Amino acid sequence: MSTVRLVNLSIGYKSKHDTKVVAEGICTEINGGELTCLLGANGVGKSTLLRTLSAFQPKLSGEIFIMDRELGTYSDKELSKTIGVVLTEKCDVRNMSARELIGMGRSPYTGFWGTLGEEDSRIVEESIALVKIENLASRMVHTLSDGERQKVMIAKALAQQTPVIFLDEPTAFLDFPSKVEIMQLLHQLTRETGKTIFLSTHDLELALQIADKIWLMDKQHGITIGTPEDLALEGHLSSFFARKGIVFDMETGLFRIENQYTSRIRLIGHGQKYAMVRKALQRNGVLANRNVEADVWVETGDLTTSGFKINAPGKPVMEVANIAELLSAVANVLPRG
Amino acid sequence: MGRGRNTIWMFFITVSIVVFLLLNMLLGSVSIPFSSVWNVLVGGGDEPVAWQNIILKSRLPQALTALVAGAGLSISGLQMQTIFRNPLAGPSVLGISSGASLGVAFVVLLSGKLGGVALSRLGFIGEVALSVAAIVGALSVMGLIVFASRKIRGSVTLLIIGVMIGYIANAVIGVLKFFSVEEDIKAYVIWGLGSFARVSGNQMMLFVTIMAVIIPLSFLLIKPLNLLMLGDGYARNLGLNINRARVWVITCSGVLTAIVTAYCGPIIFLGLAVPHLCRAIFQTSDHRILMPTSMLVGASLALLCNLIARLPGFEGALPVNSVTALVGAPVVASVLFRKRKRNEVEI
Repeated sequence: MSTVRLVNLSIGYKSKHDTKVVAEGICTEINGGELTCLLGANGVGKSTLLRTLSAFQPKLSGEIFIMDRELGTYSDKELSKTIGVVLTEKCDVRNMSARELIGMGRSPYTGFWGTLGEEDSRIVEESIALVKIENLASRMVHTLSDGERQKVMIAKALAQQTPVIFLDEPTAFLDFPSKVEIMQLLHQLTRETGKTIFLSTHDLELALQIADKIWLMDKQHGITIGTPEDLALEGHLSSFFARKGIVFDMETGLFRIENQYTSRIRLIGHGQKYAMVRKALQRNGVLANRNVEADVWVETGDLTTSGFKINAPGKPVMEVANIAELLSAVANVLPRG
Repeated sequence: MGRGRNTIWMFFITVSIVVFLLLNMLLGSVSIPFSSVWNVLVGGGDEPVAWQNIILKSRLPQALTALVAGAGLSISGLQMQTIFRNPLAGPSVLGISSGASLGVAFVVLLSGKLGGVALSRLGFIGEVALSVAAIVGALSVMGLIVFASRKIRGSVTLLIIGVMIGYIANAVIGVLKFFSVEEDIKAYVIWGLGSFARVSGNQMMLFVTIMAVIIPLSFLLIKPLNLLMLGDGYARNLGLNINRARVWVITCSGVLTAIVTAYCGPIIFLGLAVPHLCRAIFQTSDHRILMPTSMLVGASLALLCNLIARLPGFEGALPVNSVTALVGAPVVASVLFRKRKRNEVEI
């Protein structure tokens, strides 16, 4: 079911003298219970789109329907109960506990002084439990790491009890495990709560693995939408990121760095050790796999054997213990050039 | 546990206000025994008229002025620090007290030049003229700032505009001083040192009444202030109309500063320091706690400063501003320092 519907939307900035259009003619929808990721290069207008959808800035033309109602017809109060946001702006409050901050998410529902009632407190605890930050709840926000703080802000958005949540680059500035954790958390939330979660990110690989829908945004094509798999099959992903040095690996459905090969080696073996040797050699400009025809060949063995064997014409078989040694040995054997 | 500690602090602060208030009645150049002070205060009529006059017409108005001014400035400072998210913001940061100074400078410095009579000799009329000039000056600057705040998005830009207005006001005052007679300049300088003693009986009633209306009104801004702490984006998303909230907070804080400055001169330090003191004591940034406690701590500190300024030996020779800064700054610095150290141990 679509909760956000865009009809011929144009976004950008309008000043007295001129209008700067960032993107136009956007017609699409976002579904409830799905995690949708917005991908695009810097400066292409991801934040502008998110800001426009959150009603932080006016659209240029077209229509935005949220829960089947035009965004402009919402009052401030109604909007605060419909859309929750997690922003890139760092919320640097001191002397406020995570629980208090999450409690601020109840502001649209609380009375004049903003005091939490029993129901509000229960919802705050539920939000804390959903994000699994019971251990952080009593900590002061300014003592939390970036990843922990991001989870607190997500819990705040949950406490706001909105059907739609927009997140602007929630995984920026996080270390890799935290990025994965946040993305998985958001994905899980769409399943458990049926909320519409829409986020912008630069973490391409993660988005391709976790998102239900991908929005590709660029200057030439505007916005292209689909499941990661459809986008891959239709060639959108490879054309989207077509740049020197990056190739889309159809086999894995992920991107990898393109190598320029200067020599080739035949690999024999299988499993993890085979894959690792292949990766290490390819990084060093050696095309290596079991289909290559070459004088030099390496037996990788598998996890039950130890070490690697290097065979070169006219030389005794060399045995090396690890990949570092293998690389230097191979470098001596291969013809230069 | 935190709540129990807070209650103890609240109790301590309230008691300190009562004690300082009584000490303000008791101490002064003329020594009056406590029993007589008490009699005068509760309305016993058989004390000497001189004593009654000293207490009811000098010490009581002064103490009440200090109490109300301290409360108002502290609330104003808290609002400014929150809205600009800047720990160094205070009531004077938007150039509002500079506006008051400019108004006063116009009246004081030009009266001698143009009217041929030094304002300081005019007594009650002069006093009223000063208050009116200060309020007009302060409110015009505030109007300018509010106007700017509707046009400008960023708080920092607004802050800089406020500081610039302050510079302009001070420059104009400098020019005025250059053309004034020495007697008037002295009167202006003394006004600038701040005093809780300047307000006499009738005016004091007016001052206290106005403040008694505005201070409770400022409590209406507690929820918006709490939301503003999260930053503009989050506050908006939680349903707050940022521009409207900002205009209200600036207006409220500005009016508080304007009125206090009009009656007491530019009192420095209290408005900046008291909110920090409260944050350190109560370990929170929730305005539901900070607002009332800033009000009380501000009142208490102002009474203490007034007391010190009047200690036997100084006899009104010490300007309030010197006391607030000289005595208050080290106290606040040490409290913040100790809290900081303890925080680091906890983390």
